[in-house]
Amino acid sequence: MEYFLQQLINGITLGSIYGLIAIGYTMVYGIIGMINFAHGEIFMIGSFIALTAFLVLASLGITFLPLVLLIILIVAMGFTALWGWSIERVAYRPLRGSFRLAPLITAIGMSIFLQNFVQVTQGARIKPLPPQITGGVTLLSSSDGIVVQLSTMQMIIIVTTVVLMAGFTTVINRTSLGRQQRACEQDQKMAALLGVNVDRTISLTFVMGAGLAAVAGIMYLLYYGVIDFYIGFLAGVKAFTAAVLGGIGSLPGAMLGGLAIGLIETFWSGYFSVEYKDVAAFSILAIVLIFMPSGLLGRPEVEKV
Amino acid sequence: MSSFDPTADTTPEGAERQDEERRRAAQGEPPFVEAATPESRLAGSLREAAITAGIVAAITLFFFAFRTEIAIGGLELTVRWPVWLSWIAIAFVGRFLLSFFLYRADRTKASGAAKGARGAAAVGLGKVLAVVFLLIALTLPILLDTLFPSQNRYILDLAILILTYVMLGWGLNIVVGLAGLLDLGYVAFYAVGAYSFALLSQNFGLGFWVCLPMAGLFAALWGLMLGFPVLRLRGDYLAIVTLAFGEIIRVVLLNWADFTGGPNGLLGIPKPTLFGLEFSRGEGSFSDYFGLDYSPIQRFVFLYYIILALALLTNFITLRLRKLPVGRAWEALREDEIACRSLGINTTNVKLTAFATGAMFGGFAGSFFATRQGFISPESFTFMESAIILAIVVLGGLGSQVGVVIASVVMIGGIEMLRNLGVLTDFFGPSFDPTQYRMLFFGLAMVLIMVWKPRGLVSSRSPSAIYKEKKKIGADMVAQGEGH
Repeated sequence: MEYFLQQLINGITLGSIYGLIAIGYTMVYGIIGMINFAHGEIFMIGSFIALTAFLVLASLGITFLPLVLLIILIVAMGFTALWGWSIERVAYRPLRGSFRLAPLITAIGMSIFLQNFVQVTQGARIKPLPPQITGGVTLLSSSDGIVVQLSTMQMIIIVTTVVLMAGFTTVINRTSLGRQQRACEQDQKMAALLGVNVDRTISLTFVMGAGLAAVAGIMYLLYYGVIDFYIGFLAGVKAFTAAVLGGIGSLPGAMLGGLAIGLIETFWSGYFSVEYKDVAAFSILAIVLIFMPSGLLGRPEVEKV
Repeated sequence: MSSFDPTADTTPEGAERQDEERRRAAQGEPPFVEAATPESRLAGSLREAAITAGIVAAITLFFFAFRTEIAIGGLELTVRWPVWLSWIAIAFVGRFLLSFFLYRADRTKASGAAKGARGAAAVGLGKVLAVVFLLIALTLPILLDTLFPSQNRYILDLAILILTYVMLGWGLNIVVGLAGLLDLGYVAFYAVGAYSFALLSQNFGLGFWVCLPMAGLFAALWGLMLGFPVLRLRGDYLAIVTLAFGEIIRVVLLNWADFTGGPNGLLGIPKPTLFGLEFSRGEGSFSDYFGLDYSPIQRFVFLYYIILALALLTNFITLRLRKLPVGRAWEALREDEIACRSLGINTTNVKLTAFATGAMFGGFAGSFFATRQGFISPESFTFMESAIILAIVVLGGLGSQVGVVIASVVMIGGIEMLRNLGVLTDFFGPSFDPTQYRMLFFGLAMVLIMVWKPRGLVSSRSPSAIYKEKKKIGADMVAQGEGH
């Protein structure tokens, strides 16, 4: 029971990170119907910017942790968002209205380029960061010595995710920008006729997705303490799996899918084998898609002739 | 092919090209250009260059200006302002030149007739190119022997590599180019082919020529098995599930150590023989039998002709299949799935045959790869490999056979050439290692070629059978992926 609870907490933490990345996929897919393959790399870039910013702050002598975290959050989100904007501008916008495979190919190319860009400029070796936030609370401790712990870092991750999700849902549902995004999602041509600046809305979607990916990158960096140039690929594929699982285009779906993938992965590693955890996640994806093509919370797609 | 004008909108391809031009005219603007302003060409270019430089400065600040290195007691920060500043300068100058001479230059638009002529010429050129490529490919070992005797082994090896990708590209072209199914896990079949040959030869002592058809068969079976559940899915979902299957196969190969050797891979895979003659020194070898002097290059030439034959076989079968009902059905499926279903085509079966045929050629290529390397490990079958093959198919022009050849030569050969560019080492200093930048340029080339020519380098996606009458409905309404 204790072991189960501990895995549950770990799974929710991992799922929160996946969920944040998945939102970027789901929003971009919802609005322009393309798989933004480079999104995993944006997450990776976010965590690298956070790491470098951390060291720069340390060399400047700023060590007060809450202040450092706040600055890193702002810096990483801002710069990663700019990356997201630039990528959309250079690689996707010129191909808008082209055939379906074209932006997917540039996205894959962008992903290869970004991975190697970071490898060349920052080196291929892993970058360790000693744990910055330690401590936690013990929730349960059984007689045979197994303790269930909720670390401060896990709490921060879960709380941040919940806050961001709430904020984001409000933006999409209540603000004018959110309305424009939903309008573009339904019909770009019509939205443009009604005075919505479609290009700007799509750009902002990329910016928002990249910002959330940066937050996920910071969390990943602080939680695992190790990053390298390759973390984006697997995290990206799993987050996309999460987005599809939850129903692509749906924000709560992305979060739910992220949690599901995180939990499946953690429980599979905890009870079966660590080696095959990716197989478990991908098999779930295949099974869900075959039996429930629109995902858990997605709208069923009606095929029109 | 020559019986119709490929640029008129009576053909799907011509119509699509016109559509694309119309769309480009309506909205296409080069990246980072503001709406036309009355300012002068110079001032405008300078302003755009400044904006670009500012953006480049911001996004590369944490990558060029700072570098983190592992040092004793944690990470160490190195500051490299000169690198950062020089890249900003490069961005400024590059963007200025682009704006001044390209984006803002007064260009007279080519007339439709001129474009049509160019399109017709491209089709003719494609045919000529095919013959030229074939002649070069057939005589390559002799050409190399006379032209570059000192380097022929290296170039021949590169040619073998390029041909392997040509074959993979042609195999994937059946799935993506003809049937329109986006497969991101093609490397799985390549892996199945390679591992079936390696395991059959190690466990049963079978040779290359016996295993080659079996490897193809196994890969085709895997294609059927994987294809059966997933082919009901729509385009992008299909892509992601095939990607997942590719990864699953790789992870299983990596972890099933008893059977596949795990991360260490399989060693000592036999070399192919010519009717039992081995390419080695001594009694009973190829050189001994024919009374020639032994030279290691003989084996390379032999391997080269094997992969050339395999690749040509792939091409030949594809071209013939396109004339059969099943090939026509693939092309029809790519154009419009709903119309296919309404005409009584069993879409699942048609998709499965495409998937299995493509997989079979992947399996052939895989077993050739295994015998060429003599060693295989899961490292060779990552997603990157699938991405490279898909990039070759799409950059070459979906469905175009010559395009695949050109794209392979450009992407694989061109990138490989970076390895021995002494010029770059002179320019960047002795510590510069061009191989490190191989994939960087590969990714960049993928993006740039796609933005420059979205339909691929050689675009001939016209179905083999077409209805030669002007369409009543504008192509906007039925363009791929939009009508449904």
